[in-house]
Amino acid sequence: MATHIPVVKAILSANDAVAAENRAAFDAAGLLAVNLMSSPGAGKTSLILATLERLPPSLRAGVIEGDIASTLDAERIAARNIPVVQINTGGACHLDAPMVRSALSHLPLPDLDLLFIENVGNLVCPAEFDLGAHLRIVVASVPEGHDKPYKYPGMFQKADAVVLNKVDLMPLHRLRPLRLPARPVDPPPGDPALPPVVSDRPGRG
Amino acid sequence: MHELAITQAILSIVLEAAEAAGARRVTAVELTVGALTGYVDDSIRFYFERLSEGTLAEGALLRIRREPGEGRCRACGGAFPVEPPLLPACPLCGSPDIWITGGNRCLVERIEVEDGDPHPGGEGHPQRQ
Repeated sequence: MATHIPVVKAILSANDAVAAENRAAFDAAGLLAVNLMSSPGAGKTSLILATLERLPPSLRAGVIEGDIASTLDAERIAARNIPVVQINTGGACHLDAPMVRSALSHLPLPDLDLLFIENVGNLVCPAEFDLGAHLRIVVASVPEGHDKPYKYPGMFQKADAVVLNKVDLMPLHRLRPLRLPARPVDPPPGDPALPPVVSDRPGRG
Repeated sequence: MHELAITQAILSIVLEAAEAAGARRVTAVELTVGALTGYVDDSIRFYFERLSEGTLAEGALLRIRREPGEGRCRACGGAFPVEPPLLPACPLCGSPDIWITGGNRCLVERIEVEDGDPHPGGEGHPQRQ
């Protein structure tokens, strides 16, 4: 005999539960966690390194690197004596909350003030998975063109901030003004509509 | 690739609910998929068919209800339907201060199952006269 069973469960609720645990671990350690997302090659790792150079040395930062394969990015971070864990997703096109949870035990969380989680370079899937970070920041870069927010709306809708990188290349590109699509949650009043513009090249932004 | 992870999550919710109910088999799954999620129905069906092989949900019918996208303008207060591709401005007053208020959810609403045997080990019992 057939029976109807009401379920009414958001499909990513299992991921979101682990994300909430991660967020609680970050809060307990008193650190700010940032989920950094972009297309491949937009400059996430370079932006992390350039940012850390400009922050006071008293601020202690750690990094989780997400890539399908290789430890290239983690090696760049480790060369600066910054605590880093490389997650190799082995084919998965995004980080999820359980992957981040498994990386946390390899970091000195209580000693950190700031944790960058560099997601897999991809403008689609990473937008779907809450990692427990306090902020979602999307790095867009000039060579990608002006149309990415239209082509990949989910990524930009869910961003707390968008950083426009490689502005030193602006003279080589005709970049139309970036207009961001509607977002799914109300922002605080006075939320800036235009992204901060930077270059991760020394002295250029 | 995207729908693979999404469909794995759908299947795991379905199987958890079916096992909790002691079901013998899942015959149908009802999903609500927001128009703005970007999830492709055919792709979900494709992965569901393959991922569910050998589970209680093998062969289950997927009923997918599309939830329309909705937006709201903070400048003029207007509400309007939103279809991909997203508009950069309010269709009523032109303000860019617009927000998505519906159509980005994906839920497993309910499942239909065949009940398990109320008398475990009942198979093979002699038929009652």
